[in-house]
Amino acid sequence: MSLTKEQIAQRIARELKDGYYVNLGIGIPTLVANYIPAGMNVVLQSENGLLGMGPFPFEGEEDPDLINAGKQTITTVPGSVFFDSAMSFGMIRAGKVNLTVLGAMEVSENGDIANWKIPGKMVKGMGGAMDLVASARNIIVAMMHTNPKGESKLLPACTLPLTGVRCVKKIVSDLAVLDVTPGGFKLLERAPGVSVEEIKAKTAGKLIVEGDIPEIGF
Amino acid sequence: MNKVVAGADEAIKDISDGAVLMLGGFGLCGIPENSIAALVKKKVNNLTCISNNAGVDDFGIGLMLKEKQVKKMISSYVGENAEFERQLLSGELQVELIPQGTLATRCMAAGYGMPAFFTPAGVGTEVAEGKEIRLFNEKEYLLEMAFDADFAIVKAWKGDTDGNLVYKETARNFNPLMAMAGKITIAEVEELVPAGELDPDAIHTPGIYVHRIFQGSNYEKRIEQRTVRKKN
Repeated sequence: MSLTKEQIAQRIARELKDGYYVNLGIGIPTLVANYIPAGMNVVLQSENGLLGMGPFPFEGEEDPDLINAGKQTITTVPGSVFFDSAMSFGMIRAGKVNLTVLGAMEVSENGDIANWKIPGKMVKGMGGAMDLVASARNIIVAMMHTNPKGESKLLPACTLPLTGVRCVKKIVSDLAVLDVTPGGFKLLERAPGVSVEEIKAKTAGKLIVEGDIPEIGF
Repeated sequence: MNKVVAGADEAIKDISDGAVLMLGGFGLCGIPENSIAALVKKKVNNLTCISNNAGVDDFGIGLMLKEKQVKKMISSYVGENAEFERQLLSGELQVELIPQGTLATRCMAAGYGMPAFFTPAGVGTEVAEGKEIRLFNEKEYLLEMAFDADFAIVKAWKGDTDGNLVYKETARNFNPLMAMAGKITIAEVEELVPAGELDPDAIHTPGIYVHRIFQGSNYEKRIEQRTVRKKN
């Protein structure tokens, strides 16, 4: 069984460490916030100008002046702080954010990422993604292993316009956990019931498989 | 020195066709609603708008796009606006998409009197095309220029008659940066108070950057993504 979006987020949450400042992108990455281990102090950065992002507000308590980078209504937590967009990207550029989790349309075997544009079809813009991937110390990508047609999104080289180069460190897909290494995608774990052969068949870029590959436990 | 004007119509009265405008806000949060409505009413055209987003189809800058008042948008993310995407893909609208941190820092640089700066955002991508690249500590950086805008239009929570501004929560976003960056800066505020009433330690934008200020009215503050949780 491939992982659900929630399970991808749950697996990524295991990469969190106490005291981390973390930026979570839109989509699956946002769900990681639901799986921060109890007792662990992780501060969420929202690049529109907030450190210390709390959960969604209770019904009727939405505040239009308080949103996250996905334009969703949110809350603060004790210790939260607001700042302007230049300072927000200042702390990102200066490497103060410990971990960035974001989605991708394609990742290449050398860690390039494409997630902002499909020429002639979709032009939404890069938002803060280019700033984040250019400066973050540790970047984990949450993504589907293949597109709806079944074609691999883990490629020898990206075909779509790039967001950043040689920056992705780890990928958690619906099929596997992989590190991006100098030799290519290194398979670390596989989704329960998904075979190494299936992952090989659905990974177009170079895949390194060494020894037994454990299943992800939940 | 009188910076206080009666309202949005007076504040924008000398914005003419072809002007380069900065508009504060992130999504629909902290946008200068009154001034946008006045620009739509004035039917000023061929505008270049620097703003992180382009509103939605029927609110924010989307209202100006619908009336085809915008010649060029300079933004980082425009995904919430179908009319925008249509005009862009059909070639009616010029668009320059730039990384969000670069957008913010190009505003900041203008307000700090710095013509340019280096950033790693966009290295190795199409954003880098035609730009100078310099190595610092063996890492590549792009040279990016400060913005040059005729008018900056921002929204603050509170302001005083000297033009000092205070923003609320994440409605701060690009507003203080753009406030510093306009040749003429127009601020609309929810509450205008006499100079001396704001705590000098708590002011985000010093009034020296602000040329015109007015108390806005009827703020809709539309929420783009209303996300809530249930009480147990």
